[in-house]
Amino acid sequence: MHNRSVLSPAALTRRRFVQGLAAGGVLGLGARAAPAAPPGSTLPPAATDFDLTIGETAVNFTGRARPAITVNGSLPAPVLRWRQGTTVSVNVRNALPAGSIHGDATSLHWHGILVPANMDGVPGMSFNGIRRGEAYRYRFPVKQAGTYWYHSHSGFQEQAGLYGALIIDPLEPEPFAYDRDYVVQLSDWTDLAPHALFARLKKMADYDNLHQRTLGDFLRDTRSNGFKATLRERAMWGEMRMSPTDVADVNANTYTYLMNGVTAPANWTGLFKPGERVRLRFINSAAMTYFDVRIPGLAMTVVAVDGQYVHPVTVEELRIAVAETFDVIVQPAGQDAFTIFAQDCARTGYVRGTLATRQGLAAPVPPLDPRPLLTMADVGMAHPGHMDMDMEGMPKHPPGEQHNPLVDNQSLMPDSRLSDPGIGLRDNGRQVLNYGLLHSLFADPDGREPARELELHLTGHMQKFAWSFDGIKFSAAEPLRLDYGERLRIVLVNDTMMAHPIHLHGMWSDLEDDAGAFQLRKHTVDMPPGSRRSFRVRADALGSWACHCHLLYHMEAGMMREVVVAET
Amino acid sequence: MMAARLLPALLACAAAVHAGEAGTAVPAPTDADRAAAAAAAAHEFHDNDVHGMLLWNHLEYVQDHGPALAWDVRGWLGTDLDRLWLRSEGDRADGRFGSADAELLYGHSVSAWWDVLAGVRHDFRPGDGRTWAALGLQGPAPLGFDVSATAYAGGGGTAARLQIEYALLFTNRLILQPELNLWLHGSEDPMRELGSGISTGEAALRLRYEFTRRFAPYLGIEWERALGATASLRRAADTGAGSTRLVLGVRTWF
Repeated sequence: MHNRSVLSPAALTRRRFVQGLAAGGVLGLGARAAPAAPPGSTLPPAATDFDLTIGETAVNFTGRARPAITVNGSLPAPVLRWRQGTTVSVNVRNALPAGSIHGDATSLHWHGILVPANMDGVPGMSFNGIRRGEAYRYRFPVKQAGTYWYHSHSGFQEQAGLYGALIIDPLEPEPFAYDRDYVVQLSDWTDLAPHALFARLKKMADYDNLHQRTLGDFLRDTRSNGFKATLRERAMWGEMRMSPTDVADVNANTYTYLMNGVTAPANWTGLFKPGERVRLRFINSAAMTYFDVRIPGLAMTVVAVDGQYVHPVTVEELRIAVAETFDVIVQPAGQDAFTIFAQDCARTGYVRGTLATRQGLAAPVPPLDPRPLLTMADVGMAHPGHMDMDMEGMPKHPPGEQHNPLVDNQSLMPDSRLSDPGIGLRDNGRQVLNYGLLHSLFADPDGREPARELELHLTGHMQKFAWSFDGIKFSAAEPLRLDYGERLRIVLVNDTMMAHPIHLHGMWSDLEDDAGAFQLRKHTVDMPPGSRRSFRVRADALGSWACHCHLLYHMEAGMMREVVVAET
Repeated sequence: MMAARLLPALLACAAAVHAGEAGTAVPAPTDADRAAAAAAAAHEFHDNDVHGMLLWNHLEYVQDHGPALAWDVRGWLGTDLDRLWLRSEGDRADGRFGSADAELLYGHSVSAWWDVLAGVRHDFRPGDGRTWAALGLQGPAPLGFDVSATAYAGGGGTAARLQIEYALLFTNRLILQPELNLWLHGSEDPMRELGSGISTGEAALRLRYEFTRRFAPYLGIEWERALGATASLRRAADTGAGSTRLVLGVRTWF
């Protein structure tokens, strides 16, 4: 079998961009919002009225034409630019053809945007969805500013291309300056019908793990660590029925990674003049992929996270969890081209683009980093002492997890890991961002101490590809109930060996530091394996809201809750 | 470094921090807020969908006394916790089935790793058909061994079977699959040359190459030995207490 490494010329050919929408970016079928150039090249002017038509369009990223789901014929969906303080009106029409593999009904959800409940776009929770041939008018005041995104919340449509960037201009001047402004939207594409990929995960969850440890690895480890230690280490993983090479459920064996809707060979390019400050709005719109992003030769100063200003912090690399956004400022100079390199966290593939002084340039593309190998500590299984385990320090697990066939693991020693760059990013010789380095540029906007604490454990079963909170899947769970007006603390504990980006709709997730103080306003909180993190919620939005893992197939497999905010 | 020049400029700008909404009380909800929060129809979910899988664990040409075709197929249909299982094994030579059986079982997950299965088994060959009730346990045992233990009762008395499988990775594509099978019978069945107690044991090694995860041709060798009373019966009948077979086949799933 040929080598699947994306670095081989054969693989590049396989992944080459052949034809389709993305070469010219957006086709723009008469929509006011549609830019003429590829998304991210230039931002459209701010507007208040939009007509968006959701339909099916053929795309070709791999050499095969496949039906994508598009907005105004475009993948990604058009960049929408709003202005804080205005009221926007977005008329969304469902023009999906009969018999579409993407279903009959559709929806748009404004990720991280504070809206009235019936504008949030979750079918069966905030509204009834948009059926074929029908339209829905979203209309709401824009309360906030920053970099966000929007996507479908119906079935698996997000995987098939229904995501776009959302830029909101602030009323007040921004606390930083820049000369150019680009969206860099990352995503993952598969030629498989998304429901077929879901079915495959249910049959064989580790299908894409083509780097499991072999007999050769065993012999190598025996030579370096001794036979007994190697056997003991294999026995621990064997006892858990897990593999330390299992970093991501779906990787480049299945996915082609996109930057602003084009593949690595198509090389999305943003222009600069030497010395200019360039704002890059990174958005992770992937269904399942965490990206590690860097621009060799350039330092990136992070100025906003999830749309909200942070104290500027300068790094060389950052990990962007699914659904997060990072605004960074770079100042390219001294060479004509710089590679924007985004590799998946499992190190199986990448997408790149280029910052260049003119079109057609490219800079060297770095090799993929070595593949990470999980340790027991990574998955929360390391004990501090050896035999004298402190039972006081052991976390309490919800009763629903006990003797539950849907729960294959429980963290013994979860901790916040706020200062941990993450699996595969430690000690790589680069300055890598971590949550501990990020602080909102403002004090706790609510100011009250949480009066109540709600703990949720992230649970799952790798082999069954079943995912849940507290061992209970969405379909079997009661809604979480919040009292309107309360300030509460939500504590998340990751009992699985995968990372999960947790997104609460309708309200901010104000991440707390290790002392329990307000640290960082977010809409999506990344939860690495073995982590325990808490955030504050101001329950100021009446209605039913979704709270879920933003890995699309984890959400669809049950890692979701309805959160009801009601008056007492 | 570039950042050294960039950062002071940014920090200077940062002095003009936007004021935020610090300490603002939560406003009383309006009637419009209440109207917007009206409940919608139930959310569609996929977390309890029925899925299925059909695995041809063996589909092979066997060189024994003459050429034969043999199969070992397993399938499931159901949710994460409740599944209908189909298991079938057999072989065919000279246009006739040497052995053929099928099991239809309901399986329920009783722990993270173990499923309890209950149902029926029918032996089509050898001899006249006979039907058993079946009760079993299956799952991944620690260290990656796949284990299935099933007890049978019915037309043929009582019997039990233990199957253990393993996957030894030389590479992620070249995989050695050792298998062990033990049969026990509760009573003697001279017609089928089966004694009571441990009756037969089978060990096999199949070396497969996964061109894809779904399609893997293999080459293997299988030993069968009659044990205990069964061995005596076979020796008395002069049919031989054991055999060694080469197999060539394909492992595939859908």
